[in-house]
Amino acid sequence: MQSLNPFLITQFKARQTMFRDKDRYLNILLISPSILAILIFVYAFIGWSVRVSLSKWKGLTADYTWNGIKNYLDLFADPRFQIDIRNTLIFTVVFVFGSISLGLILAVMLDQGLKGESFFRSLFLFPMAISYIVTGVVWRWLMNPATGSRTSGLNLLFSNIGLDFLVNKWHTTPVWGIAAIALAAIWQMSGYTMALYLAGLRAIPEELKEAARIDGASEVQIYRHIMLPLLSPVTLSALIILGHMSLKVFDLIVAVAGKQLPLDVPAIYMWQITFDGLFYGRGAAVGILLLISIAALIIPYIHHTLKTEAEQ
Amino acid sequence: MKTKQRLGKYWLYIPLVLMTIFYLLPLYIILITGFKSFAEIDLKTMWDLPRGIAFDNYIEAYAKLSPSLWNSFKMVIPAALISSMLGSINGYVLAKWKFRGADVIFPFILFGMFIPYQSILIPLVQFMNIVGITGLPGLALAHIIYGIPITTLTFRNYYASLPQELLEAAKIDGADMIGIYRYILLPISMPSFVVVLIWQFTSAWNDFLFAVVLTGNTDWPITVALNNMAGSQIISWNVQMAGSLLAALPTLLVYIFLGRYFLRGLLAGSLKG
Repeated sequence: MQSLNPFLITQFKARQTMFRDKDRYLNILLISPSILAILIFVYAFIGWSVRVSLSKWKGLTADYTWNGIKNYLDLFADPRFQIDIRNTLIFTVVFVFGSISLGLILAVMLDQGLKGESFFRSLFLFPMAISYIVTGVVWRWLMNPATGSRTSGLNLLFSNIGLDFLVNKWHTTPVWGIAAIALAAIWQMSGYTMALYLAGLRAIPEELKEAARIDGASEVQIYRHIMLPLLSPVTLSALIILGHMSLKVFDLIVAVAGKQLPLDVPAIYMWQITFDGLFYGRGAAVGILLLISIAALIIPYIHHTLKTEAEQ
Repeated sequence: MKTKQRLGKYWLYIPLVLMTIFYLLPLYIILITGFKSFAEIDLKTMWDLPRGIAFDNYIEAYAKLSPSLWNSFKMVIPAALISSMLGSINGYVLAKWKFRGADVIFPFILFGMFIPYQSILIPLVQFMNIVGITGLPGLALAHIIYGIPITTLTFRNYYASLPQELLEAAKIDGADMIGIYRYILLPISMPSFVVVLIWQFTSAWNDFLFAVVLTGNTDWPITVALNNMAGSQIISWNVQMAGSLLAALPTLLVYIFLGRYFLRGLLAGSLKG
């Protein structure tokens, strides 16, 4: 580079700047179709939904007559929506707590360097590849609540192997029926939390465990006092990801039970009241409320993740 | 000392085997039911092994579901390919050719992968009807666009991990932005493409919500067709089990053969790739 004469260097720099200028527009040009698509399909559509939620639209033809926040007020007064909120709460607690604790236990067990570890890991994770619809259709038969001579599914299995006390009405149990759906969701998603925790465990340096062992800590103490606190960022991610999934839960319930009021959740309510009931204004209001509750979880999460990334 | 530690760990196989049973139970039911003959079908003996191998259930389920299976393939393959390609280009720009405001735009793109689709469903259906893209093409388009955030994220993280010197060297050699992408980054992006393609294939294949509002009964993908089959009183449960396996098989095979890549997509979805 030093041997080049000054004129050439200037020319070279000019050429480089030229590239930069050309490429500056080119990079924006390349990404703009995607940005435009997101702008329309996410942000403009959200705005559009907000507008629908503030309208009197009911029926097949669009009606944007201003209705204020009446749809939202009606929603909160609707006993069905109160059932939805209760169901969402029960589902979230059972599903999130179940998936996190099962995932953590599985990850810790698989972290012991046992033979066949990769077999178990693949096995616990395979439900993730299956759709909620398939899971729902199968669990619908496993959780068959019929009694007497028509007993089948898990209830039949339980009574065959002498575990009669486990026989129950599954998703048809009053109030708590939604917890049975959460059980199927745990079956599907606990492998995912296991994978998150395994990745977290693998990232902890072995020397740390070694040092604790030299200090005389037992394996249990090492997990309790060293590993678990170091895994808290993983737990936070899992809480947020699973939490936002439970707010959205939809297909699984539809596949297990169809559209039944006792197992109703906001996502089903929105779908049914809009596309069966043609009550667009209220349907949009449900969608927007869902969005707000999820945004409250996800926006701080994205912010935090990108900030941590930038600091590294 | 070492043997003792090993022996001490053997009891762990007891809970692991119990958990294995829990995870395999639904699969066991699907498989044994599917291979029973119609004569053997009885809810009372649903846990018993089949007496022989019969294909009655699969033949009937396939006859009912085959159009939807092909619909799914027709919609999922272009959706996965196009959104992966877009994600790769976006990731390249956002990792290596940042423009002013790129860091502001990125979280806005990311947010799109977490939104509950109920909040955009009404405008989506209206919009697709206005522009006249309905049925399977409309469904594919929805999967392409709502797939952009995660594909962009995966590629951005991958390209950001590549050393800047790689680009500088190519620039000095006179390569421009497109050239660097085409001849340097694209050839080494294949593992990321596999991750993203698998992820998009699986999520579009498994989707129900977009499918149920954007398609009618001639272009239902498999999830909608299976759900309707399960909801009908006429079709017996053994055929539903066989249908479930048909619906699960493509993604299950992808998982069995490319599980490693599947896992990476999974972790990327939590922003932890």
